[in-house]
This record gives sequence, structure tokens and C-alpha cells, in this order.
Amino acid sequence: MSTRHLSTRHLSTRLLLLVAGGLAALLASVAFAVTIGPADISTADVWAAVTAHLGLGESTLPPLRDGIVWNLRMPRTLLAAVCGAGLALCGAVMQSLLRNPLADPFVLGVSSGASTGAVTVVVLGVGGGAVSLSAGAFTGALLSFVLVLVLSHSLGGSTDRVVLSGVAAMQLFSALTSFIVLTSADADTTRAVLFWLLGSLTGAGWGDVLLCTAVLAAVLVVCLGYARTLDAFAFGEEAAAALGVRVARTRLVLLCATALLTATLVSSAGAIGFVGLVLPHATRALTGPGHARLLPVTALAGAIFLVWVDTAARTVIDPQEVPVGVVTSLIGVPAFVAVLYRDRRKT
Amino acid sequence: MTDSTAETPGTEPPATVETPGTESPATAEAAPGLRADRVSRRTDGRLIVDGITLTLRPGETVGLLGPNGSGKSTLLRLLAGILAPSAGIVTLDGRALPRVGRRATARRIATVEQHAHTQTELTVREVVALGRIPHRRAWASASAADTRAVDAALERSGLTGRAGQSWHTLSGGERQRTQIARALAQEPRELLLDEPTNHLDIQHQLDLLDLVVSLPIATVIALHDLNLAAMYCDRLLVLREGHVVAEGTPGDVLTPSLIKRVYDVQAEVTHGPGHPAIRFLRRAPKP
Repeated sequence: MSTRHLSTRHLSTRLLLLVAGGLAALLASVAFAVTIGPADISTADVWAAVTAHLGLGESTLPPLRDGIVWNLRMPRTLLAAVCGAGLALCGAVMQSLLRNPLADPFVLGVSSGASTGAVTVVVLGVGGGAVSLSAGAFTGALLSFVLVLVLSHSLGGSTDRVVLSGVAAMQLFSALTSFIVLTSADADTTRAVLFWLLGSLTGAGWGDVLLCTAVLAAVLVVCLGYARTLDAFAFGEEAAAALGVRVARTRLVLLCATALLTATLVSSAGAIGFVGLVLPHATRALTGPGHARLLPVTALAGAIFLVWVDTAARTVIDPQEVPVGVVTSLIGVPAFVAVLYRDRRKT
Repeated sequence: MTDSTAETPGTEPPATVETPGTESPATAEAAPGLRADRVSRRTDGRLIVDGITLTLRPGETVGLLGPNGSGKSTLLRLLAGILAPSAGIVTLDGRALPRVGRRATARRIATVEQHAHTQTELTVREVVALGRIPHRRAWASASAADTRAVDAALERSGLTGRAGQSWHTLSGGERQRTQIARALAQEPRELLLDEPTNHLDIQHQLDLLDLVVSLPIATVIALHDLNLAAMYCDRLLVLREGHVVAEGTPGDVLTPSLIKRVYDVQAEVTHGPGHPAIRFLRRAPKP
């Protein structure tokens, strides 16, 4: 109870400390994760490569090692951080907005739509090679989201209608994806598509990193602006309206923002599951339910989490790589069960 | 879907528009306080509330009575601006609620629902602090005024000692008390309560109503229990099928004939000191 009586300034200080500590831990994680792998790289090598490429010094590294750091491991590790942050953020917002502890960024069918878009390009060859897998996935994700939005609106727009529409879209697009893969793909393509569907950061480039970071930054700003408003949803939409929240507008803005971010991340890295479901719950236990603290901290926690999980995914069964989505799910399922078990008391 | 309608503008402009922020002296049209003028609400083609007029005077406690489905809850939602009327107008100091704006409305009018439920792990203090949301801008953190208002609301509701306790561990009566504290943290001048004593035992019903009437706030409270309404309300509004069938002091309104007409039950009313007492009679056995 004593911590609850802390003054405003103390609360802000605590948030600043959490965010500063999280950022430091994230930087350390990234720097360390880049050194891990078949080629022997030290943190000094990482520092040298990064400063050289940022124009802060002369590179002393041989081109091959420099390439491993700057072109392979660095973008991959950073993309892991951005995906982890974005998915955890979207998950936290979805859970509060839809008042559903089991909501995650994919609950509105974005990932299923993305997979259909991806196989349409890769397997069916729509676009004749001019359209990338990412572009196809992004288009599919947004189509699915628009379908969910239209469907839920025509069903009355309430929270449970949104969730049910998402489930319907998920089923539809999963079936379409399976249909396309089973009827048209050869074994190699099937394997490649399956790998991507499970979520993988293989082949991440600087283009992906920059795009995802830009969208993450924009959506993070929007969500933080709505942090207090999200607090008002604790007792439902009518209670939020009675607290002066414009419920329909808030829901539309936040659904669109999170769908845009999720679609961007899924197009770059596939559907990495469970980060968006589990990390917000874990973070809530640390920060309490207030979104002004929960949202930035959960984003940092997601980033650090996915950096480490991806490092494990690419090294544990060396030289074979496990899709990072498989590893997050292997960790996520027990956590998911724990969430269900804990929420048993509250019904 | 209730919220989508709340954001549509009112069906007609207010009779008079005051300059924002000022509180002009009462005139015939721009009476201070909350007023519903011939409001109706139609849902799926059925009139739930049909042309009700209600002026809430400062500090008074108005009881809403009527059987299930008579329109009490809908009228309260119309008064709070959560629902928009299909016809008629709700005004706050003479300005239509849509013109006042959602946030400004929530700084004046607080509501307590029949049964509040959350999945979020919140302490009593955190629930009460929700009442400060309409007073805070995006990005701003809690001010000293916010902290003071939350402390005062906890104190007034007798919950200071429970501030750190989890909402989920509270009893039904304590939960309703916490919701009233949250409403007080909004620093409202109008308070709307929808059957707040449902599911409470008699001791907690009386505690809660004692608290509500002790507040210097104009209150509209929907109640099922006629005796509680007689004990605690200054004025009663009796609804049936969306219409007002009686309005006045408990002594004037609660008569055997009205109770027969509205609820279709037999009752005896004794006029003791202060307020009338109602005794319901068993139905006569069928011959």
C-alpha cells in the first residue's frame, strides 16, 4: 500500500527508471546477441563495425567479419527487437481494448490474411515476380483486417462481435492458405512457406528494420497518447463512455494502429506467436495495470525477450535453424496455461 | 454499439446557448443543472423511454421507480449522455449534452452501474483513480489535485483503510462503495445510480443509501425497493412502459392505488413520522 501513495513525481521517476533500465538491458542484449553464432565475433568487433558504419570511426575489421556483423547479425537482431516490442505492444492494447486476457495481435485475423497473401504471391505467382512476399503478406493482412472491421460493424460493433469476426476471418484465411499450398505448391515451396508462416527472422535486412522501426515508433506514440483512455476500459465500454471516453473513435483508432503495425511486422518476419499474448501479462505483474507504465515497459520486455529467443532459435540446434515462432510457442504455451489458470479465480 | 449513438449530435439545438465556462443565473430556459426535456429513446422500433421530462434540482435525491423494463436504466443512460435520445433533449446548465462534450460531461455527471465487473487486477485506489480520467489530458500524469480528489473520495466512502486492497477480494457492498468513491473522484455535481443496492444485504443497502444521501450532490437513483425509496428520496418519479405515471414526494406518490396500477400488487401504506411505510399483501387464494 505504501507504494500506492507515492506522489506523481515518484511514479514518473519509477517509470523513467524502468524505461532507462529496460533500454540499457535491451542494448546489452543486442550487443551480446550479435556476438553469438558460428563465426567468432567479440563485442569489441561489434562496436568497431557499428561505429564505422555510423561514420564515427575507421573500421579495423576484415570485410567478411564486418559483413557478418553489419549485414547479417545486426539487422536480424534489431528486427527481433522491433518485432518483439511491436507484438507485445499490440497484444497489451488488444487485451485492454477487447477486455479479453486471451487477445493477441493476431486475434483480428491479420496473420492469417498475411499468410494467404504470401502464398498467393509465392505459390500462385500472382504479380509475376514483381510483387514481393512481404508486399503480398501486407496486402493480405490489411484485407483481412478490413473484412473483420466491416463484419464486426455490421454485427453491431460490440467487443465480442469484433473478436468473433476475427475468429471467422482467421478460419477463412487459414483454410484458403492450406487450400492453395496443398493444391499448388511443390515440396520445396511448401517447406519455405511453412517456415515463414511459423515466424522467422532469417534473411532480415536493413530495409525491414527501418520500415518496421518507423511504423513501431508512430504506433507507439499513438498508443501512449491513448494510455489513460485505455485505463478507462477496465470496467467495460459503457463505463469508459461514462468517464468521458469517445469509445467508438478510440476503438477504431487503436484497432487500425495496431493492425497496421502487426501487418508490417508479420510481412517482415511472419507470424511470431505468443509474444503478444504472454509478454503483456508478465509485464502487468511488474508494472500494475496503468497503461502509461504498462505500454512502454511491455514493449521493452517484448524486445529483449525476442532478441534472446531468436538467438536461441538460430543456435540451439546448430547448424539447423528453428523458426523463432516455434520457440516462442514452446515457451508460450505453458505461460498461456498459467494465464488461464490464474484467471480461473476471477470469473 | 451504445457508444456509436452517443456521439451523434442531438436531434435539436438547445433552447439557449450560454457562453462556455460561465454559469449564468437561472432563466426559464437555461436552468442550472441537469434537465431532460420530453426525451424519448427508440430501440428496434420499440419506445423504451417515451417523452419524459425531469429537472434535477441542486442537491436533491430523486428516486426512479417502476417494474423491470419500465425504462429506468435507459433514462439514466440518456441523462448521462451515454445514449443519445431519439427525440427530445438532455441539457446541462441549458446546453445540450453533445455540445457540452463527453469529457466535460463526465466532469459534471458521474454514473454508478448496477453491477461493475473487471478482469483487470486493480486495487481499490486504482479503481477510484479512474474517476480522474475526465480531468486529465493525454500524456499528463496525475496532479496534486488528482491525488487530493482520490484521497477525499476514499475518505468520504470510508475506504481509506482498504485503498491498497485488490478489487477482486472485496464483497459486493464494498465494490459498490468503491464505485461510488470512483464517482466522487470525478467531482460531479450530478450522480446517477442504477439500482446500486441490488445483490446487497440489508445492512449494506442502508449503508450505501446513507452514504449517497449524505453527499451534497444532486442524485437520480433507480430503485426496486419502495420502502428504501420512501426512506431516502426527496422526490420520486414512477415509470411504467417508458412513461411517467406519477411524480412527487414519497408521501404523495406511494399510494395503494398507484402501487396496484404500476406493479399490479396489493399493498397497505401507513404514513408514519417522516416517510410512508409500505406493506405488501399476499394475493387472495383462488376460489
